[in-house]
Amino acid sequence: MNWAPLVLSLEVALLSMVLALVVGVAFAVMLDAKWMIGRDFFEALVCAPLVLPPTVLGYYLLVTLGTDSAIGRAWESLTGTTIVFSFTGAVIAAAVGSLPLVVRSARVGLEAVDPSYVNAARTLGASPARVLFTVVLPLAAPGIYAGAMLAFARALGDYGITQMVAGQMINGTETASIHVMNALYGGNEVGARNMSIVMTIVGVTMLTLSNRWLRRVNPRG
Amino acid sequence: MAELTATIQLKRGDFTVDLVLRCPVGITCVMGPSGSGKSTILGILSGLTLPTSGRVALGDTVWLDRAKGINVPVHQRRLSYVFQSLALFPHMTALHNVEYGMQQVPKAEREDKAKALLDRVGVGHLANRRPRTFSGGEAQRVALARALARQPELILLDEPFSALDRDLRAQLITLVRELVPELGVPLIHVTHSVAEARQLADQIVRIDRGRVVATGKPAEVLAGVTTLEE
Repeated sequence: MNWAPLVLSLEVALLSMVLALVVGVAFAVMLDAKWMIGRDFFEALVCAPLVLPPTVLGYYLLVTLGTDSAIGRAWESLTGTTIVFSFTGAVIAAAVGSLPLVVRSARVGLEAVDPSYVNAARTLGASPARVLFTVVLPLAAPGIYAGAMLAFARALGDYGITQMVAGQMINGTETASIHVMNALYGGNEVGARNMSIVMTIVGVTMLTLSNRWLRRVNPRG
Repeated sequence: MAELTATIQLKRGDFTVDLVLRCPVGITCVMGPSGSGKSTILGILSGLTLPTSGRVALGDTVWLDRAKGINVPVHQRRLSYVFQSLALFPHMTALHNVEYGMQQVPKAEREDKAKALLDRVGVGHLANRRPRTFSGGEAQRVALARALARQPELILLDEPFSALDRDLRAQLITLVRELVPELGVPLIHVTHSVAEARQLADQIVRIDRGRVVATGKPAEVLAGVTTLEE
């Protein structure tokens, strides 16, 4: 069996999870601010990947990050490579697809933090940033971890956006989900079946382990 | 050490608070039935609640003056607030809870000072345990140690002993009575327990429906009073 697609998928899923986590938690914190103007619209925009077809998201990303875009040109002049049709493009595509899952889970975690802890920290002399990093985020950790897990699982199985933005091959290798499709349409039913089974085992095992770990690290434990 | 003076007006729907407070060094018990505005007053003094108008000052330091646009952020007011729920951080040990308010203490000294404070309130053995393992009385003591660690110029206690049995309550009242003279700061203790107020207070402020109805020594204000009307 060819393991390269699975390894590539795990690499993309891991990096996109980290990216979605950093951006998603920052968005969730912003959206938690009651005074934010246009909060509902901004939240809808961030969560749009949940309702938009992958082809539409892929199209937007191609337009935003493609070689004709300002971001694409700036990236090319800095690194000498393109974002689209590359490993970087695959990571960004998967991160965008999983961003709403992180934002929504992190928001649930943030809303579960008892305001009395925040007030206690403030009266103990903690600045807003210190309150956020030492009290709010640690107490919201279960929601944030859950979001990270979902982001990883979503990225591992991503097909549509990745194919639109990164293409069929990344450095000569397909991701696991693209490999299944290519194998199936190429008449390699055994290859499609094997990769499907392996992906299922890997996905379910990782989610099971994450759930166990999540119970152990619960700060209210 | 300085006296706290506050003139507060707050209007929220049908609920209004309109009062003047003077709290010298020592223990002031703010008493009143449920819904009379006791906790709201502490919220305003601490900066967690913004009044409609008013002024709050500790000695010459003005924390709030709505007419002049002054509103010192909560974290810059040198006070400690023990909430009714205590709000001990569940993800930190007792030691880390106490160290949290010690930003003004050099890092190298924090652990020793926090341990000394936990010992002082009789729960040194809990230093490395988390709040979920504490009994009610132990949690109260850790919350007191955390409040003292900030080296506050004002201490606010919002019915922290209400959930305790009589013996534990008596022990903690004795502890607070011992600690306050050492600190030399105003301590405002909100309660609706007449017995607790008699044992603790140097001064009583009775409020009802957001207004002060009596101020003075416990013997004067609570003469003949056995319970507050709810």
